[in-house]
Amino acid sequence: MQSFDLEAQGLRELNATLHAQADDTNQTAWEIDNPKGAHAIAVGLDAPIEVTVKGSTGYYCAGMNQQATVNVTGSAGPGVAENMMSGKVVIEGDASQYAGATGHGGLLVIKGNASSRCGISMKGINIVVHGNIGHMSGFMAQSGNMVVCGDAGDALGDSCYEARFFVRGSVKSLGADCEEKEMRPEHIEILKELLAEAECDAKPEEFKRYGSARNLYNFDVDNAAAY
Amino acid sequence: MCGIVGLFLKDKKLEPELGSMLTDMLVTMTDRGPDSAGIAIYGSDTDNKAKMTVQSDTPDEDFTGLDKAIKAATGTSVSISRKDTHAILEMDADAASAVRESLRETHPSIRVMSTGDTIEIYKEVGLPKDVAARFEVSKMSGTHGIGHTRMATESAVTTMGAHPFSTGADQCLVHNGSLSNHNSLRRKLRRDGVHIETENDTEVGAAYLTWKMQQGSSLGEALESSLDDLDGFFTFVVGTKDGFGVVRDPIACKPAVMAETDQYVAFGSEYRALVNLPGIEEARVWEPEPATVYFWKH
Repeated sequence: MQSFDLEAQGLRELNATLHAQADDTNQTAWEIDNPKGAHAIAVGLDAPIEVTVKGSTGYYCAGMNQQATVNVTGSAGPGVAENMMSGKVVIEGDASQYAGATGHGGLLVIKGNASSRCGISMKGINIVVHGNIGHMSGFMAQSGNMVVCGDAGDALGDSCYEARFFVRGSVKSLGADCEEKEMRPEHIEILKELLAEAECDAKPEEFKRYGSARNLYNFDVDNAAAY
Repeated sequence: MCGIVGLFLKDKKLEPELGSMLTDMLVTMTDRGPDSAGIAIYGSDTDNKAKMTVQSDTPDEDFTGLDKAIKAATGTSVSISRKDTHAILEMDADAASAVRESLRETHPSIRVMSTGDTIEIYKEVGLPKDVAARFEVSKMSGTHGIGHTRMATESAVTTMGAHPFSTGADQCLVHNGSLSNHNSLRRKLRRDGVHIETENDTEVGAAYLTWKMQQGSSLGEALESSLDDLDGFFTFVVGTKDGFGVVRDPIACKPAVMAETDQYVAFGSEYRALVNLPGIEEARVWEPEPATVYFWKH
């Protein structure tokens, strides 16, 4: 286990040290002390390492992550795991706005609640939230799965493309062109896998599925005059 | 951007530390807005006395002999304690409005930052650490306080454009965001006789709340109606003589984190601002919901 004191050694040193880890590094486990809400902790990692941040983080923790597993024992500020490509990010507490925004791949697990704009413009990332999500979540989401074990706020999935939203609790309102859809066996399978990986004991059968009604993003000749 | 901090003490033992805790919180938020900084502190209540915080760009000229000039013009005795470009005038409570009127005529270069029983406001252009040092904020004690560090968007970088804004006795407001209907609302409020000093959007927000409360709303009700009447982005933190409130617009893109323990309620634009508070590890920490009014009272 490698330890790093962020307060003593500084952010630039931390990220440079983590970036220096090669694919075959022997230093696979890292612990970061004293995050104290600092921004951009463990951003841009690209190695199969496991990083545990002991405390709460500020803006953009674990952004652009590839391969690495990042655990945050506290809560995360805005933009956690933004544009993640692969790997896994786990937040033990809550996450602030636009968690997992624009993510292309990997898994983001939030064990508390996520606030507004969770998974905005997601492009293939999987997001599992044990609690609730705030308003405008999944806005313009393109692909990937967002699983919400609690409730969703206003305007879920507004103007979404082909992302899937699974919500166990209530949805305050659906966004434009987002609708409830049938749960088919393949969706139960997806959920089973994601819930297991996110250490969540909710049952797949308890969820409803939401997605695009596909009226908004297809060209419709009747609307030609509007272009 | 802009950075906001606020601290409302429940535990009287912390009151001597209020200034130093707020200063530490505000300095941490410096990189959210380095243009100007300000702080409102609610200190001790002096019976039947009013406090007026005044500011001047030429304090040597304006503050020397000011007590004599006020006495001559209004017959009121005032005590003056000067801090850099600011001074606190103390006078009998019922004489405060006459003194304010007279200052406007005899000393037009003096600006009134706040009036009330307990509020003092200090604000200037510059970094939080420099502004706090000029006014020795860390030595101040009090029951609650609010700080702001500004990244200007809607009006010029001046002392009067800095936050907090106070538009009523013992009231103050700080703001992160920008209001888009402030010009029309300013005209409407002015027609109703509300005094607004600057072209700043936040001052209109503060004046709006004061106007609502003059019409009989509680602070909580005034904050509720601001959600209908103010257009734009805002996270507001407001103070009254014995209260402390928070409200965010329905979109809630301007950040906010709160923490509560048995000793205090704290607000920060970011969690970073709260990390040195006592017992923060065990505090209830949460993000205030959009379009929801939060309010605490002593």
